[in-house]
Amino acid sequence: MSWVTKTLNSTLGKKLLMALTGLFLILFLVVHLAGNLQLLLPDEGESFNIYAETMANNPLIKVVSIGNFAFILIHVIWAILLTKTNKKARPVSYAVSNASTNSTWASRNMGILGTVILLFLIIHLRGFWYEFKFGEIPTIVYDGITYKNGFAIISEAYSNILYVIVYVVAMGFLGFHLSHGFASAFQTLGLNHVKYSPLIKKVGSIFSIVIPALFALIPIVMYIQTL
Amino acid sequence: MILDSKIPDGPLAEKWTKHKFNVKLVNPANKRKYEVIVVGTGLAGASAAASLAELGYNVKAFCFQDSPRRAHSIAAQGGINAAKNYQNDGDSVYRLFYDTIKGGDYRAREANVFRLAEVSVNIIDQCVAQGVPFAREYGGLLANRSFGGAQVSRTFYARGQTGQQLLLGAYSALSRQVANGKVKLYPRTELMDVVTVDGKARGIITRNLITGAVESHSAHAVLLCSGGYGNVFYLSTNAMGSNVTAAWRAHKKGALMANPCYTQIHPTCIPVSGDHQSKLTLMSESLRNDGRVWVPATVEMAEKLRKGQITANEIKEEDRDYFLERKYPSFGNLVPRDVASRNAKYACDEGRGVNETGEAVFLDFRDAIARDGEDLIRAKYGNLFDMYQQITGDNPYKLPMMIYPAVHYTMGGLWVDYNLMTNIPGLYALGEANFSDHGANRLGASALMQGLADGYFVVPYTVGDYLAQAGYDKVSTDHPEFQKAEKEVKDRIQKLLNIKGEKTVDHFHKRLGKIMWDYCGMARTAEGLTKAKGMIKELKKEFWSNVRVLGDNEELNQSLEKAHRVADFIELGELMVDDALHRNESCGGHFREEYQTPEGEALRDDENFAYVAAWKYLGEGQEEELVKEPLVFENVKLTQRSYK
Amino acid sequence: MNLTLKIWRQKNISDKGGFKDYKVTDISKDMSFLEMLDVLNEQLSDKGEDPVHFDHDCREGICGMCSLHINGKPHGPLQTTTCQLHMRSFNDGETITIEPWRATAFPVVKDLVVDRSSFDRIIQAGGYVSVNTGGVPDANEIPIPKRIADEAFDAATCIGCGACVAACKNASAMLFTSAKISQLAMLPQGQVERKERAEKMIAQMDSEGFGACTNTGACSAECPKGISLSNIARMNREYFAASVSSENV
Repeated sequence: MSWVTKTLNSTLGKKLLMALTGLFLILFLVVHLAGNLQLLLPDEGESFNIYAETMANNPLIKVVSIGNFAFILIHVIWAILLTKTNKKARPVSYAVSNASTNSTWASRNMGILGTVILLFLIIHLRGFWYEFKFGEIPTIVYDGITYKNGFAIISEAYSNILYVIVYVVAMGFLGFHLSHGFASAFQTLGLNHVKYSPLIKKVGSIFSIVIPALFALIPIVMYIQTL
Repeated sequence: MILDSKIPDGPLAEKWTKHKFNVKLVNPANKRKYEVIVVGTGLAGASAAASLAELGYNVKAFCFQDSPRRAHSIAAQGGINAAKNYQNDGDSVYRLFYDTIKGGDYRAREANVFRLAEVSVNIIDQCVAQGVPFAREYGGLLANRSFGGAQVSRTFYARGQTGQQLLLGAYSALSRQVANGKVKLYPRTELMDVVTVDGKARGIITRNLITGAVESHSAHAVLLCSGGYGNVFYLSTNAMGSNVTAAWRAHKKGALMANPCYTQIHPTCIPVSGDHQSKLTLMSESLRNDGRVWVPATVEMAEKLRKGQITANEIKEEDRDYFLERKYPSFGNLVPRDVASRNAKYACDEGRGVNETGEAVFLDFRDAIARDGEDLIRAKYGNLFDMYQQITGDNPYKLPMMIYPAVHYTMGGLWVDYNLMTNIPGLYALGEANFSDHGANRLGASALMQGLADGYFVVPYTVGDYLAQAGYDKVSTDHPEFQKAEKEVKDRIQKLLNIKGEKTVDHFHKRLGKIMWDYCGMARTAEGLTKAKGMIKELKKEFWSNVRVLGDNEELNQSLEKAHRVADFIELGELMVDDALHRNESCGGHFREEYQTPEGEALRDDENFAYVAAWKYLGEGQEEELVKEPLVFENVKLTQRSYK
Repeated sequence: MNLTLKIWRQKNISDKGGFKDYKVTDISKDMSFLEMLDVLNEQLSDKGEDPVHFDHDCREGICGMCSLHINGKPHGPLQTTTCQLHMRSFNDGETITIEPWRATAFPVVKDLVVDRSSFDRIIQAGGYVSVNTGGVPDANEIPIPKRIADEAFDAATCIGCGACVAACKNASAMLFTSAKISQLAMLPQGQVERKERAEKMIAQMDSEGFGACTNTGACSAECPKGISLSNIARMNREYFAASVSSENV
């Protein structure tokens, strides 16, 4: 075994991959949100559609998006590997557990939270990303250039209350996942310092509320607009 | 029988240096041909096992705990003395030697004590090199404090956990040798007997505490580092598992037991709260620097207090008896351990004890808090106050603490010569298990020093000297002596299991403890000791006919473990009483009420008792034979202590 | 106080084991938890039943021998060792569930007794400074800033009881291992073997079958000595730095 695989195969190495991919995905969330917030601009989706088209054609973004998928995959696979290791470490569980007194619920249930987020991700990707990429999409012309009208698909989807509920609830799970994952990633990377760790924790808490809330806001507002 | 202490000739300060040159050496290539057994993994055992393995010997290390790191050295709080003179306050090897001899009430060997003081400086170097985190000053150098009334600051410490940090240092050195394959560890294994072949110690019989397997281990030398026997009193500050079995088995195989009656009683322990009590907890005696010891002036008031009709704070200043300050105006609350302990006992004997059991005195911080503020007191003693509150449920910032003396350390132990070898060739005793360095009373912060001195810096030389002359030939564990010893152990186990009596092992242990505490504790009389001897004989008979040991041998069986230990404690108790009865003087931890000065101080009899009392086992039911090793003082002048 | 105790009984390492209920009466609130179990064991012995086996030794909170998972928490409701837990922390009539530590690396030996020798093997893998007895420099030739000495001391106070493993949902030994790695990584004495130590101790920790760290913080919250999570972060740094820069290919 080379030293690289040896390191990455250790419990610490596996956690390292989780932390690095997690942090990348956190970064992705910010970029994704910045783009999506354009859906709320009062221009019938023009900014959003232009932005989506630009992104889809930018070679750098293409690479990043492949990386993004890879990271999601790694994050999921290594989560499964770690869960297996962890389950094996305690085959007989306690009859009574009072863990709520020593740790937060989210920190103990990252796997469940992650699984729900993954399910949501599949619905989300099937509904939008797949449609954009491979589906029949209406087009729209701005300034003589033809664009795919993703906005139309999205607003149609968000006129369905069930869809909106799924989105909002999923963002709740994402929030809990982030509430532990954000600071935890820094701890795993060894970035712990008396001066900065409290700050990281605070930023993590704010991040885990604000980002999912803004994501959730989009379908809610768009649903209200259809009423 | 004449005991040869093998003290080298020459001036005191040159004895050890000269001796180190004179010892025989084992060729480095031949060291691997020798096996050494080390029983116990406390400071003495772990340091000896690691150091011998580093030299190249093959070591087997045994402990009854589940890990060598749990030996009771870990619980020592205060610190470790060393004559470093880092503080430039006039300390020196000679001063540490002198203080230790004097503190021991002139009942220790000059040569041993001098060597102890001499190697004390190496211990600190060694521990720091291992990464032991001693307390430091802001400049990064080591901090010292004055401890136990010493006039110089020579005590090195690691908060209140010095024993823990030193033991973990020795444990790490031991672990390194385990990884190197030079030490084989046997945790959860108890020594059941020592095996001698042709008069030499050649191995031990053990019981695996998990499987019950009785096994033989052969070696060229056996080191007993098994600690003290304070648990003979049932209640003590020792760990629950601390026992005398290793030393006592060696004693019954011919090793002499020296000064068994010298017992140190520590004054600042948390009092007994009821019959359920299983152990006593010590609090650092530094508390006496600021706390004032008192009881109510009258028995009536103490009774009201015990019944809960009044609280301590309601007792007016003029109704309080600060008895240490009253009797010892110059030392006050800082009198030595034995004086403080005895006076607390007297106050309680008069009926002025302050807790429900009537066996406690107050240690009051009211005045210190008023003087220095609660914050400063918290900074100094916060962890001790927390511990006290945790155990008793009382807040010592608001109500005075209650304290009572408890058995803490036993100065007596297996007789050893200058080389730490018992009178059985090849059998060594180190640390608290031997008798050698503390005389009749041990100074604070000296136990850790002695354990590590013996293990790191004495035995590696002296064991080599013995082995170089002993030859490599191994004794097989099939040897008849091993077979015989194994059979005896198995028979004894069966005997205990077959009694199937009415009373539990703890029942006997508690009764033994009460006899020892009442008659062979802080103050002893010929009358009481004679009575105690009869009671112990009775107890022994009853134990062997009415003890109930449940379960089988072939399993983890904690009642069987205890039964072995208590059986040995009962026999030791009888010898302690004999020793206390024969020593018609008071010295250090041995106070005979018949022998005291008009002021109530210990009255030594140097003319008749300046000797080590070593006892020889002569057989079941027979009185032991007293062998005397005269103590010769060439360098210090014997004086009487005074703390007035 | 009268109490019902629900205690895990298991004859030996291969026995399946199960809970058994016991009643104890007239328990004083001043008793320690272990003294309460002593009372139970005296009762059982009087009835001729096998006493409940549990580990304990110093009974003053420093040797790390006592364990017990009490009402769902290692060492019970307070952040201390079981031997320092007193019955005043419980209510009259309460049912108390007592289980052994649960971890693959801590197999149950009997009843509530577990085998924690995996901790010893982690230390044997490198939890030391390789100096032989003698031949070391004078103690004051190695000055150490007080702040660093204090921080190293905080890490060194670990008593090796295993509560961190017991509390962790993954039965991870990160807090234990990191405390020793941290102590020696901070001190000048530990520098020579710093990289090798981190690599070896973590390899040993993994091979013992402990789980990974999810940073829940349960270990530190339950540690009787309050060993800080920052030690785990430091261990992670030490390990990653060692992996990329050590000469062990």
